[in-house]
Amino acid sequence: MTATITPPRAMLPPSLLEGLDDPDTLVETEPDTAVPAKTNELLIICESGDLERMWATTILASGAAASGWNVNVFFTFWGFFPLVKPGVRITGTNWMQRMLAVMNRPGIDHAKTSKFNFLGMGPWMMKKLAKKNGVAEPRELLEMAQAMGVHLIPCQMSMDMMGIRREDLIDGVEEPVGVATVLEIIASGATPLFI
Amino acid sequence: MTSTEIAHRVDARGLSCPLPIVRTAMAVKDLPSGSLVEVLATDPGSVKDFTAWSRTTGHRLLNSSVTDGVYRFVLIRK
Repeated sequence: MTATITPPRAMLPPSLLEGLDDPDTLVETEPDTAVPAKTNELLIICESGDLERMWATTILASGAAASGWNVNVFFTFWGFFPLVKPGVRITGTNWMQRMLAVMNRPGIDHAKTSKFNFLGMGPWMMKKLAKKNGVAEPRELLEMAQAMGVHLIPCQMSMDMMGIRREDLIDGVEEPVGVATVLEIIASGATPLFI
Repeated sequence: MTSTEIAHRVDARGLSCPLPIVRTAMAVKDLPSGSLVEVLATDPGSVKDFTAWSRTTGHRLLNSSVTDGVYRFVLIRK
């Protein structure tokens, strides 16, 4: 790798700047082809399930995967509902779990905004704006992330508590696990994000 | 071995973050090493993003230019 890095103008004494036309343009870097010596690893704990946070989760997951990172997303609590596949309206086996699914519609397309939800008007307008600006929806980003090998890991505890079955979940998710597995991923060097 | 012909074009015009890099990453995956890839984008953030992306992934950013609001990146697949 050859790199000539010129310090910013502000860092140089004025005497050194004399005679130089434009020191800021002298920066020239040759890409280091040997950069990925180690694989970067990311672990996102997807806890909230709000639309804007699902956006953050799926943008980071797909962007990191596109940059060659090994990415794991752990879905827990409110963040678990977006993992339910489209077409499954009511989840749960008892009335309380079903009530939860009635109040908090499962599926990534039904995520609510934390502000200005207005019975779905907020998310509808947000997605309209997104489309106009060429921003992919969380569902599309999640599909791309999956295609790039992002590991989607369901939380066993959330699954049991909410009464959600394996067959309610979208295809391609990993085995449900618990906190010890999540901690092991972090301990192995993954950057943890709680979203 | 670097070829001199553009092996693949990614049209990311009108797309916002993270789609330009995601589309490009998905496109280069199956190309042989050394392939030339051209990306067109309109997202102003993609200028810095493609520089960072090529540094992270090891794909080489050969050229970055802008014409009438369309950014053009030429990359060599790692």
